[in-house]
Amino acid sequence: MFRNQYDTDVTTWSPAGRLFQVEYAMEAVKQGSAAIGLRSKSHVVLASVNKANSELSSHQKKIFKVDDHIGIAIAGLTADGRVLSRYLRSECINHTFTYESPLPVGRLVVLLADKAQVCTQRSWKRPYGVGLLVAGLDESGAHLYYNCPSGNYFEYQAFAIGSRSQAAKTYLERKFETFTSSSREDLIRDALFAIKETLQGEQLTSSICTVAVVGVGEPFHIMDQKTIQELIESFEIKETAADQGAAMQEDKSPEAAPMDI
Amino acid sequence: MNLLDSTPANNSLLNSAMGSERTQYPYVTGTSVIGIKYKDGILMVADMGGSYGSTLRYKSVERLKSIGKHSLLGASGEISDFQEILRYLDELILYDNMWDDGNSLGPKEVHSYLTRVMYNRRNKFNPLWNSLVLGGVKNGQKYLGMVSMIGVHFEDNHVATGFGNHLARPILRDEWNENLSYEDGVKLLEKCMRVLLYRDRSAVNKLQVWFFSLYVSLGLSSGYFASPSQSSSSKWTHE
Repeated sequence: MFRNQYDTDVTTWSPAGRLFQVEYAMEAVKQGSAAIGLRSKSHVVLASVNKANSELSSHQKKIFKVDDHIGIAIAGLTADGRVLSRYLRSECINHTFTYESPLPVGRLVVLLADKAQVCTQRSWKRPYGVGLLVAGLDESGAHLYYNCPSGNYFEYQAFAIGSRSQAAKTYLERKFETFTSSSREDLIRDALFAIKETLQGEQLTSSICTVAVVGVGEPFHIMDQKTIQELIESFEIKETAADQGAAMQEDKSPEAAPMDI
Repeated sequence: MNLLDSTPANNSLLNSAMGSERTQYPYVTGTSVIGIKYKDGILMVADMGGSYGSTLRYKSVERLKSIGKHSLLGASGEISDFQEILRYLDELILYDNMWDDGNSLGPKEVHSYLTRVMYNRRNKFNPLWNSLVLGGVKNGQKYLGMVSMIGVHFEDNHVATGFGNHLARPILRDEWNENLSYEDGVKLLEKCMRVLLYRDRSAVNKLQVWFFSLYVSLGLSSGYFASPSQSSSSKWTHE
């Protein structure tokens, strides 16, 4: 993307009818580490790749519980994502307080999209630099939505965002027709496989990914590392040591270097 | 109380010099509402009287109204406050419909909303002088609840307001069961209303009976027993 003379302000249109600032915000989403979501008739699974600045630091939190029946995964400016997740939690809890019933996912998504749209039409604001995968359950079933910095939102059977998400999308496109009737375990398995696609050669372990599930009778929760590791091993996802020399490795090998080298 | 509180339509003529007292007095009131769950849904009955103090002044007051697609609201107490509540609910249902997304507010949500409204008004010392019965069916689930003017709320299989609590509920406790047919439910409610007609000075002989059935998916049918001869046949002789 090269500089244009119409991209200084979010309130300036280009002659071609584009708002470059909004598009740049969407670029920020593509730079974040990958997050994917998929749903069946009764469950929705979110998974994300954990990126840490260095081996010394902890990784960024990318999956947030919004309510018992809704959770989100973010990609992009995680600070913006945190702020938005606070807003979403607030909306959900206010609705539950007044109506004693969970906020339908579709309505939450519209509230979020409208909030994002405001930032595309005020000269003193900037668009949120984060894309959100909103996973939730309500009376009308299981839902997975993607919310864009532009204020658009779409419902998906499965989707992936962030860097190298195209690889995951290709995998999901091959398999999505089976998802509606998938069991919970198969759904999680497909999520892990999709995450593996974005790693492009790196070994998949539970320390490099986070997985969360919400389903009928199952409130949204992040699965613990041990369970994930067991699942990974049982799915035989671990590749053999060979192919480590991938072209772009943003992370070092995820396995912690032994203390006594 | 704080004179600078932003309470709408405050009649300052009624305020005493010391502080504002906003607790009102009811003027035109309705008496008991009774609601029961029956096999196929909800049955509610209220008479059509609006009393002006001890005068039985208005005899065609509808105290049962349908709310949205799933609920029925019945009110006793100040009629004008009931009409105000209906306006609040109109707006609520309107905004709910404007989402246009297939979701709709069910009886539980409306009941919760009303509880919030009543409780908040009570906290401002400016209550809506009503006892509300909220019943309905959504997704095959029957719901029946009550909210008082101070925000006390609960759900039950049979509820009543005012005198109905003292005269009708004992009958219901004895004779209600989960599998009442529509006919038996109506008979039971008529029995309660007859007792109320005998003993409640504000009761009138004209009833509004509404049911909300699991099987009536679009709105609801209303039964309206208008003629005195049909409703509450009462016996005034000694034997």
